[in-house]
Amino acid sequence: MTQPNTATSTSSADARTGLVKRFLRATEIDTRLMGMIGALLAIWLGFHFYGVIFNGYGAFLTPRNLWNLSVQTSSIGIMATGMVLVIVTRHIDLSVGSILGFCAVIMGMMQVYVLPQMIGLGHPALWVLAVICGLVLGTLVGAFQGWLIAYRTIPAFIVTLGGLLVWRGVAYLVARGETISPLDSTFALLGGGPYGSVGATGSWIVGILGCAGVVFMLLNGRSQRRKFMFPQRPVWAELFLGALGCGAVLGSVVLVNSYPWPIGIVRAYAAKNNITIPEGGLFISHGFAIPVLILVTVGIAMTILMTRTRFGRYVFAIGGNPEAAELAGINTRWMTVKIFALMGFLTGLSSVVASARLNSATNALGTLDELYVIAAAVIGGTSLAGGVGTIYGAILGALVMQSLQTGMVLIGFDAAIQQIVVGSVLVIAVYLDILYRSKSK
Amino acid sequence: MKQTTKTPLVEMRDISISFGGIKAVDHVSIDLHPGEVVGLLGHNGAGKSTLIKCLSGAYKADSGEIYINGERAEINNPRDARHYNIETIYQTLALADNLDAASNLFLGRELTTTTGFVNDARMEAETRKIMGRLNPNFRKFKDPVKALSGGQRQSVAIARAVYFNAKILIMDEPTAALGPQETQMVAELIQELKAQGLGIFLIEHDIHSVMHLCDRASVMKNGEMVGTVNVDEVTDEDILGMIILGKKPEGVAS
Ligand SMILES: Nc1ncnc2c1ncn2[C@@H]1O[C@H](COP(=O)(O)OP(=O)(O)O)[C@@H](O)[C@H]1O
Ligand SMILES: [Mg+2]
Repeated sequence: MTQPNTATSTSSADARTGLVKRFLRATEIDTRLMGMIGALLAIWLGFHFYGVIFNGYGAFLTPRNLWNLSVQTSSIGIMATGMVLVIVTRHIDLSVGSILGFCAVIMGMMQVYVLPQMIGLGHPALWVLAVICGLVLGTLVGAFQGWLIAYRTIPAFIVTLGGLLVWRGVAYLVARGETISPLDSTFALLGGGPYGSVGATGSWIVGILGCAGVVFMLLNGRSQRRKFMFPQRPVWAELFLGALGCGAVLGSVVLVNSYPWPIGIVRAYAAKNNITIPEGGLFISHGFAIPVLILVTVGIAMTILMTRTRFGRYVFAIGGNPEAAELAGINTRWMTVKIFALMGFLTGLSSVVASARLNSATNALGTLDELYVIAAAVIGGTSLAGGVGTIYGAILGALVMQSLQTGMVLIGFDAAIQQIVVGSVLVIAVYLDILYRSKSK
Repeated sequence: MKQTTKTPLVEMRDISISFGGIKAVDHVSIDLHPGEVVGLLGHNGAGKSTLIKCLSGAYKADSGEIYINGERAEINNPRDARHYNIETIYQTLALADNLDAASNLFLGRELTTTTGFVNDARMEAETRKIMGRLNPNFRKFKDPVKALSGGQRQSVAIARAVYFNAKILIMDEPTAALGPQETQMVAELIQELKAQGLGIFLIEHDIHSVMHLCDRASVMKNGEMVGTVNVDEVTDEDILGMIILGKKPEGVAS
């Protein structure tokens, strides 16, 4: 009697897992990505309901907090995309926090002391020159370190450990320990804030462009597969992916648009533009913050670089087998210089965002960032053994780190506990990743 | 005698290279003509791989010269070797384990779209085409090559060397990981390429295959060249004697 029973129950369980498997195969969804998003949602819900239960108020899943979270993630996220390349090629960069501080101080000096004397205070090109200065400086410092690593064969760990001390010291000498502020008012917009956001209409435009991008990618993928007669995804799977992608984009637009400007800013803005505030107040949406758009742009550009260009292919090849890459005719040394230069460029960009957000520059800016950046890349699945890593993973990793930190601040954990939690999560995340990889093999 | 009548495709003259005091290759000369297969034999550590790596650009010889079609060639790195249409199947295969077959096949020479992006779909299609010829059982086009068997990996390395219209082909133990059937296919491939006029250096331990596939055989021992013989003028035992004793058999010209 028990015999047929067990048979049917196992076969129905088989059918169920078969369905999940079929769904995953048809949509070609990356299970690793799903796992990371699942972990992120768990963290968000955890903090929110912790607040609901113990404080009587869930502060995490609010437009205000999520908007702030997105802005706070930008700086680390931008650098984490570059760290993926560095770690994939079996190097490490410990100097990014110090280079960030150094670039910020130099850009601050340019805005406050140098450029106003040359072209006049508040000149419209001032912020552009300052930004270019920071980007070029970051790139040069990165390229120099890359040269030491590639052509002078000093290990990256040593070169960038030296850089960690050197650039922080240089930043201190330049700033003489003072805070440099206020920065150029246009420059400050790059850090976010009510004025440094694109507003409701702007966000809808971004959202529609995003949806167009999703649809284009799916259609392009289909036409490529048709051209070479590879098997197609079923149409329902394409529609599902399209709906998921567009839903995520438009959902985030709705989210950032439902976070209004604070009343004080609205009043000042209304007074300046001769707008009378109606009864019940004026609702002006933040929309996407500019640093978040910078992060998204960097993420897309870096993903294209890593997956669609020769450069990206060589990065992975070097990480997988440096000797084979060299034998395949790849100039691995020059690649290393370029990778570190790119890391430096992104650090310069991150420095723009970080100093603009504070509307000031100090030589301490970016302290310990190298650890958060490396942690973000590694939590995002970049293997320290080299050869494996994704840009979206690193950005998600940065978001996980920032969510943990923000969440713990919201529910009132002190700094010591925050450090313990973040450190433990790093180790656990890497352990889970190792388990995942050994199982999927 | 017949070698002197035409300019050789490759001539390596008096090549030496040492690693920290060990003379891996010690004043070795060897040449190769179009449409010819030259076997390179010797015990492990004899210096065979090191010698051909000087030709493929993996190593730079300490001394000696390389001539391609009679002209002095400067081969300082693998890129230079590719410019001379030299393709190599390394003993270690030299594959990036984390990349799939197509990415490895085209590594360093990716096909791109008109907009300059890598054309993965076309590279995969080309890979399917050539693998269909070399190893029809090959199916794992989407997996990183670390998921492949030794034989499958070897066929990827062979496909890479064959795809790009080499004039000079170096094969360092190309059948080491292959089964009998696949080995037979490689033997047929070598004969086909030879008929197309390629010059092939074949490092191979199996004397029987060497007798069957090669026109000449060179034997190395302890970094030195023992000698080169025309295979149709010697027996298996003669070659075995050269490998073990390090002496050329009496009365064999070359
Ligand atoms: N990169 C290297 N560094 C140090 N020693 C090497 C290196 N490559 C080869 N050798 C040495 O050179 C000698 C010849 O090796 P190899 O050319 O691989 O021999 P074979 O291919 O004939 O088996 C060996 O003694 C080996 O240890
Ligand atoms: Mg060898």
